Amino acid sequence: MYEHDVIVVGAGGAGLRAAIAAHEAGSDVAIVSKLHPVRSHTGAAEGGINAALQEGDDWELHAYDTMKGSDYLGDAPAVETLAQDAPEDTMRLEHWGMPFSREEDGRVSQRPFGGLSYPRTTYAGAETGHHLLHTMYEQVVKRGIQVYDEWYVMELATSDEDDPNDRSCHGVVAYDVQTGSVEGFKANDGVVLATGGPGQAFDHTTNAVSCTGDGHAMAYRAGAPLEDMEFIQFHPTSLPSTGVLISEGVRGEGGILYNANGERFMFEYGYANNSGELASRDVVARAELTEVNEGRGVDDEYVHLDMRHLGEERIMDRLENILHLAEDFEGVDGLVEPMPVKPGQHYAMGGIEVDENGQTCVDGLYAAGECACVSVHGGNRLGGNALPELIVFGKRAGRHAAGEDLGEPQIRTGYGDDVEDETETELPVQPGSAGLESSGGVAADGGVATDADGLVERAVERARTRVDTLMDRDDGVQHAEIRQKLQNAMTDYVNVFRTEEGVKKALRIIRECREEYQNVYVDDPSRTFNTDLQQTIETRNLIDVAETIALGALVRDEFRGAHWRKEHQERKDDEWLKHTLISWDDGEPDIFYRPVILEGQDKTYEPKERSY
Amino acid sequence: MSTQQQQPEEPQSQEAPEDPEMRGAESPVDEKEKQGGDIDQQTTPEEELEGETVHIKVFRYDPEVKGKQEPRFDDFHVPFEKGMTVLDAVMYARDTYDSSLTFRHSCRQAVCGSDAFFVNGKQRLGCKTQIADLEQPIRIEPLPHQEVVKDLVVDMDHFYDQMHTVEPYFQDEDTPNPADLEEQRQSPENREKIKMSSRCIWCGACMSSCNIAAGDNDYLGPAAINKAYKFAMDDREGEEIKEHRLRILEQEHGVWRCQTQFSCTEVCPKDIPLTEHIQELKREAVKKNLKFW
Repeated sequence: MYEHDVIVVGAGGAGLRAAIAAHEAGSDVAIVSKLHPVRSHTGAAEGGINAALQEGDDWELHAYDTMKGSDYLGDAPAVETLAQDAPEDTMRLEHWGMPFSREEDGRVSQRPFGGLSYPRTTYAGAETGHHLLHTMYEQVVKRGIQVYDEWYVMELATSDEDDPNDRSCHGVVAYDVQTGSVEGFKANDGVVLATGGPGQAFDHTTNAVSCTGDGHAMAYRAGAPLEDMEFIQFHPTSLPSTGVLISEGVRGEGGILYNANGERFMFEYGYANNSGELASRDVVARAELTEVNEGRGVDDEYVHLDMRHLGEERIMDRLENILHLAEDFEGVDGLVEPMPVKPGQHYAMGGIEVDENGQTCVDGLYAAGECACVSVHGGNRLGGNALPELIVFGKRAGRHAAGEDLGEPQIRTGYGDDVEDETETELPVQPGSAGLESSGGVAADGGVATDADGLVERAVERARTRVDTLMDRDDGVQHAEIRQKLQNAMTDYVNVFRTEEGVKKALRIIRECREEYQNVYVDDPSRTFNTDLQQTIETRNLIDVAETIALGALVRDEFRGAHWRKEHQERKDDEWLKHTLISWDDGEPDIFYRPVILEGQDKTYEPKERSY
Repeated sequence: MSTQQQQPEEPQSQEAPEDPEMRGAESPVDEKEKQGGDIDQQTTPEEELEGETVHIKVFRYDPEVKGKQEPRFDDFHVPFEKGMTVLDAVMYARDTYDSSLTFRHSCRQAVCGSDAFFVNGKQRLGCKTQIADLEQPIRIEPLPHQEVVKDLVVDMDHFYDQMHTVEPYFQDEDTPNPADLEEQRQSPENREKIKMSSRCIWCGACMSSCNIAAGDNDYLGPAAINKAYKFAMDDREGEEIKEHRLRILEQEHGVWRCQTQFSCTEVCPKDIPLTEHIQELKREAVKKNLKFW
């Protein structure tokens, strides 16, 4: 058994930042990641980091834009914390040597992004995430922080009290991808999940193949609720054939969207008369698909993004990476022709419910980054707000896990007297576990072990049994088949436009996937680098996460942010200024709600109509 | 199941190297490629491939499983789709025909650096190499000069160790306090100077292509030297630290080992002028009268 004070799971932006912060707080910290840190998906982020750095801008404006962007589903204490901490945390990256783009006077450059009232997006070309990831990994190397790379975390070691609020997390179980060995990692002070997004639940996604919602699923089965999972961001500009992301920076610099008739449709058809292409992402994604659905799409599939008029010099200076992506993945030269783009699954606004200090309702279990929901993004994340979230809340989670006192959080977590617990929506199928294998079983079965060592040992035994069962089965269905079916269902029915009937269909297919998973088997008998085994376990996680997304999308019968419902074309503030929470209750999802916090430090954010 | 079944051929042991650890320069390559044939040339227009299958020959090796310990090539025939990449093809083969086919991959957009393979005799990223640009059958092998863990997966530990040798982290002389929101100023020109070097995704293609690195295990190699270049040329670190960095690069197995063969520059998927950076560091060292080998 390995032992550290703080175990960080995942080595993208949030995980690295959490590890650095925990280390600075004097903790013995280790990172356990299924990828080598520089392979993490944070590296694919392009646009930039929102931070109020300049005169004329201030954190309150950033907070206001974020609350508006969230369609008033962000929690003000979290949003204000983000806006207040982002400037210093961004500057810290600069002091760690991050190669930001510069102004003539040597100051870091900032550019406009969608939904921002001030050009506050700090960036490094169109490859900000790559530089952020590498800069933070460099700091991890500098500090000598232990990294267990290519170790796949399968289970949490959590106690098994009935009420998740009484449970505690003491470590994780991980599988050494190189050797196949399953080992325990005991965390004396805390486990920080920083496992990124669940984009692989969808077929057309900008997300890496590794984004399988592992942290979501593990925390969920350990009793921490998943929050606002229905809010999935579809980025307006992904390449049609691959899902590769074309940064919002293109529109930020002045790129224009055209339909097949050559019309600048954002204005021409009144989707966003003020901001046009720079309206927030949900607005632009819907506009593009409406164009396609009404027959004005190119090849009935996509629209054009044109940046030619920006000129070669400006493109090379600020968007060079986009030229390479369009060329390599779509065969289009962005200097001489417009690029084909369509909406692609991009980001999960929801995630593991945490407070401003990154803590879940399970003692010792933290989450940060895309796998967490603080919540700062509410119904719709503004471009440029994901990277500051990583550094701000990654840092806070790391410090708190290491034992630093960050003060009493204003956001509450878990099941308590402030939640509302009734759902009238009729479900088309019985969701949740099917059969014993997939029941998750996160707490120590039988409740024999109560000490930390015993809990970790029990979890290791459970994980070894699980691996042996998968490997011993000789026949059945392979994960790739189930995964593809799941991804297609989500893309077909829980996409930008959602109907009650469609979402119910998705839930039925998810149920089928669950049942088929009972017979899943691993064909590769090797213990060496068995990606078949790893992907089989990931697929189980995707099923759980996809189900929470579809359930959330079904019960929220309103139109808010990225969540569009055909039968409900209005935002229902009277009823729905609340978060959807789904917790795993003895093998079944339990849905409940917690009111959104609109009271900030000095003011209340009154919901207004969101127009751009 | 599709009619495009895997068509296993006899294990081509006469072609396969005996010891997977010794693969690399001795790797079997076509005569044409040995002679520096233009393998980048667009040989089959995409339109002509529509409806066709693509023939890939994939290197297989598993140290653990009986019958797979002897290195071999497996043949797969994969339906072609417009825009298909080498990564798409091996993913299709894995998901459809043989789930034990093993390779690293993640972002599919040339930024995570996981899927550097040896494709038709050249180090390339699987995800950004178009099938239509390659001559068939397409031979896909693990990176040469690295120990093979399984199939297309190589051991990257030595590569990472070399990257860490050059102290790959910013070392500031005296920076302002970030709480004052005051950055270290950097001219746009200086940022431009380090821009290309900062694009490295640690894929290992350059190191694998380098004959010198293959013969001298201690040679820092193009990736690590480029990483050091990024810091040494960054004005924000100051002169004293630059000199410290140059001293690391001047060691016996440092920049002077480079014989300017340009193979690293040729294979770099991010177009980093690696050889040029190495030469520039040599010039810096001469200017500063540092010892050189």
